[in-house]
Amino acid sequence: MYDGNKIIIGLVVFGLLIISPILYNTLGKASVPPEPDINTPEINKMVEKKCVEPKSFMRANHMQILNDWRDEVVRVGKTRTYVNGEGKEFNMSLQNTCMKCHSNKKNFCDKCHTYMAVKPYCWDCHIAPKEKTT
Amino acid sequence: MHIAVPFFTVIFLVLIAYAGIEAAHLHVLFGIVIPYAAFTVFVLGFILRVRNWGRSPVPFRIPTTCGQQKSLPWIKASTVENPSSTFGVIVRMALEILFFRSLFRNLKTEMHEDRVVYGSAKWLWLAGLAFHWSFLIIVIRHFRFFLGDIPFVLEMVEGLDAFLQIGAPLLYTTDIIILGAVTYLFLRRVAIPQLKYISLAADYFPLFLIFGIALSGVLMRYFFKVHVVGVKTLTMGWLSLSPVIPENVGVIFYIHLFLISVLLAYFPFSKLMHVGGVFLSPTRNLINNNRMKRHVNPWDYPVHVHTYEEYEEEFRDKMKSVGLPVEKE
Repeated sequence: MYDGNKIIIGLVVFGLLIISPILYNTLGKASVPPEPDINTPEINKMVEKKCVEPKSFMRANHMQILNDWRDEVVRVGKTRTYVNGEGKEFNMSLQNTCMKCHSNKKNFCDKCHTYMAVKPYCWDCHIAPKEKTT
Repeated sequence: MHIAVPFFTVIFLVLIAYAGIEAAHLHVLFGIVIPYAAFTVFVLGFILRVRNWGRSPVPFRIPTTCGQQKSLPWIKASTVENPSSTFGVIVRMALEILFFRSLFRNLKTEMHEDRVVYGSAKWLWLAGLAFHWSFLIIVIRHFRFFLGDIPFVLEMVEGLDAFLQIGAPLLYTTDIIILGAVTYLFLRRVAIPQLKYISLAADYFPLFLIFGIALSGVLMRYFFKVHVVGVKTLTMGWLSLSPVIPENVGVIFYIHLFLISVLLAYFPFSKLMHVGGVFLSPTRNLINNNRMKRHVNPWDYPVHVHTYEEYEEEFRDKMKSVGLPVEKE
């Protein structure tokens, strides 16, 4: 007696598992790399379009800054002023600093977060901005 | 030697990836060519190994049992520990694969005042379980890089893994557990003399390699952050067979990726094949029905048999003539 048939079934399952992402992606929606939109009134007003820190740094580390600001303001409570690499000062505030320029949560924050399945818990405490769904 | 060689091999692998990206700028090699090659070796090697195992004949049931065999109706049989049906085997295998049931019976033998005593030894089982489950959850979590529209189940796994809500990005408990478990599994090999004696380079190398993968992943997520969306465009590119190297993804990502590629390519040739082997363990996955069913040995060839009836048919006249008794007249 050989048990080859059962092993072939096992290998077919292995193969299906291996190609499952491809199958899933072909059947599901096509994924397009997100392009966060910075077309907001506040940003358009700026002469030099600059965030708190350089773009490449913000792209990878913005969550770190937000977390540090939260800890500094809510837990330590000594200062509310953030000094960036260029010596410029900012008010440590999600709603009054970040969201003032990036007032388009749906087309800015959510773009990448949805793409990467990241669910930041900013809006557990803060009130999410009301936007027209476009 | 058994520890130093694999240790420095992993260090060397990290340096290769670092130099390849930072000095030689071989992004295509480390981001596309090597991952594809490693993945191909993994899949083909895995299938060939399992196919070779599948060619082995199964002449007889050889399960190691630890319960009452099914016999008379009034003797209570152990359906899982001594399975007499496919259902029993499925439950037994599930317990073995998901919860390492046979390792749970691990014993420690010691001399106590000239007496041999067997004590329970569950630490290996616990660390093994913690390691394998964290690894599985981590692999599942990584599917967010390979699926366009991320299913709810994946988000749930991530949410549960990050439920402590420490820091940003959120700390995953499995990241801590896997590093701790691998460290324990390594220290165990070094600290127990008998175990150290039988441990080879092939035992230490996977431990160091997996530790390196986990550590580079942890460093990438929490310390030297990379452009994650760029990483996902690369991984989605692999699936569509038209990968493009994203800009400005940090070198730590390529180190992580190179170590994973080495693990995948090494996989089919190593002890790591136990992921396939555990399903094919004949002492676990066979029904104990030696007496219930006839199992034909596949290497039995047809033997030419000359029965007594045929013999008598052939020599009946001669037998009669010398007065020998015959069965048929």
